[in-house]
Amino acid sequence: MRNEPRRRADYLGLREALGDRLLPVLVAAMSFLAALAMAGALASATLATRWQGDAASQLTIQVPQPTAPDASGKAPRLDSVMAALKTMPDVADEQVMSPQDVTALISPWLGADPAQLGLPLPGVISARWVGAAPPDALGPTLEKLSPGTLVQTGALWASRVAALTTSLQACAAAILIIVALVAAAVVAVATRSGLAQRRETITLIHALGALDDDIAGRFAARITLLTLAGAAAGAVLALPVLAWLGALAAPFAGPAQINDVFNLPPALMFALPGLPIIAAAIGWGTAQLTVRGWLRSLP
Amino acid sequence: MVKFEDVWLKYRHPARQGDAAPEALRGISFEIPEGGFRWLIGPSGAGKTSLLKLIYLAEHPAKGRIDILGTEAAKISRRDAALLRRRIGVVYQDFRLLPQLSAYDNVALPMRLARRNETQIHADVTEILRWVGLENRLHARPDELSGGEQQRIAVARAVVARPKLLVADEPTGNLDDEQAHRLMHLITALNRLGTTVVVATHNMGLVEGWPAPRLTIEHGKLTHAE
Ligand SMILES: Nc1ncnc2c1ncn2[C@@H]1O[C@H](COP(=O)(O)OP(=O)(O)OP(=O)(O)O)[C@@H](O)[C@H]1O
Ligand SMILES: [Mg+2]
Repeated sequence: MRNEPRRRADYLGLREALGDRLLPVLVAAMSFLAALAMAGALASATLATRWQGDAASQLTIQVPQPTAPDASGKAPRLDSVMAALKTMPDVADEQVMSPQDVTALISPWLGADPAQLGLPLPGVISARWVGAAPPDALGPTLEKLSPGTLVQTGALWASRVAALTTSLQACAAAILIIVALVAAAVVAVATRSGLAQRRETITLIHALGALDDDIAGRFAARITLLTLAGAAAGAVLALPVLAWLGALAAPFAGPAQINDVFNLPPALMFALPGLPIIAAAIGWGTAQLTVRGWLRSLP
Repeated sequence: MVKFEDVWLKYRHPARQGDAAPEALRGISFEIPEGGFRWLIGPSGAGKTSLLKLIYLAEHPAKGRIDILGTEAAKISRRDAALLRRRIGVVYQDFRLLPQLSAYDNVALPMRLARRNETQIHADVTEILRWVGLENRLHARPDELSGGEQQRIAVARAVVARPKLLVADEPTGNLDDEQAHRLMHLITALNRLGTTVVVATHNMGLVEGWPAPRLTIEHGKLTHAE
């Protein structure tokens, strides 16, 4: 009599037919992978915004013939460009690079001492763009002061970082989709094996007038429980690994996040608890479809 | 109540292989009025079980029309078919008890499916088990019961929910004469209360002891209908 109430509730014997080992373990593995993929996607997004911002705000301004008089003829070109930059609120940290730095910058292309080649070295100013809008008008403005002045931004580099991030996120999305499909397949296989083990019982229950809704609902309830538990375990197991990866990535993420205990992107803290819920939904839906499909073979 | 009009049945995977696999039932027509009782007799392999399967909605006919409890079987939805099955009690020739459940739980199954409350279930199940003389074996599993005891459990399960239609396939096959007569008392009592009954059997002694109209089937054809 010990098990009487339990057996009454579970007359399909699903506790045995849908055991509590293999399915949850496989779902836990899927959930673990999904957690890693999500963490990768979110972390790359965080780092990318940062790097992209850094790169995009970087300005390099080349002034040819820096000592020649400017358009007004009153001052050397480099000085008047520098003075103009200083008056602009959207430009910060402007600095004239020393001739040594400029030489070092171009030596990979022109050799150790470009001056020996008799090439006129341009004056180079580095600065940071802090304006909200892109620095499109900057080039023409400076050009008026000093013909031939070139403004280069980190936009190209930034767009490369953006492309890299997009491809990383596409990979993560692909992994998530594959993991979801594999999870659905695992659930379908487990459900089919449960159906096969209980074929006699289900056939009888069906003959006694059980509704498809009831039978499918019983399977789906059990599967939901198992996938929920499995995915929760997988997500929890992923936490230390994510913390470790977060610690590895910390130097790249900048000082702001080092304070974080786990050093995980905050969005992940919301996404992780979502994993078991999504897994349970996949489990429920797959079980429902599988059982209903199978029941169709009964009269 | 139960009405067959030129019903044919062909199994999709015939037991007898080859092109010449015959239909299990051929052109069956008969009618059983509400509250009626019919013996279904015929030699082994004649098609008795096949005919009963059509009545309890376990097979679809290849041809012909079947009305059960006032509904045309071919026209109902899956859901309504399930609800209709709940009003039909079936004693299977091979019992079909669930091995993992006790005698009590096996008998309670139809009532649980119909979501009756446990108090009602307890009252009805213990009463019906007393009727079939198994009130002391409530907690036995089917594999702990004799063939005759299993058969009586199967009968108890078929009648516990007071079906409008009772279909019994060889319900006395494993019973001694006294048990068989006890069972027939139970079935005729139900019949008097309004349940329509069809009983398939080889046991001509039993048929003689309980006179009622007969449906005789041979080689899938109804040769005699009263
Ligand atoms: N599921 C099945 N698939 C294929 N053929 C079947 C199936 N069930 C029965 N048959 C065939 O249909 C015919 C009628 O079988 P049925 O079981 O209806 O006979 P029966 O009159 O009940 O016999 P018995 O008295 O031995 O129970 C037989 O030839 C049998 O081989
Ligand atoms: Mg038979």
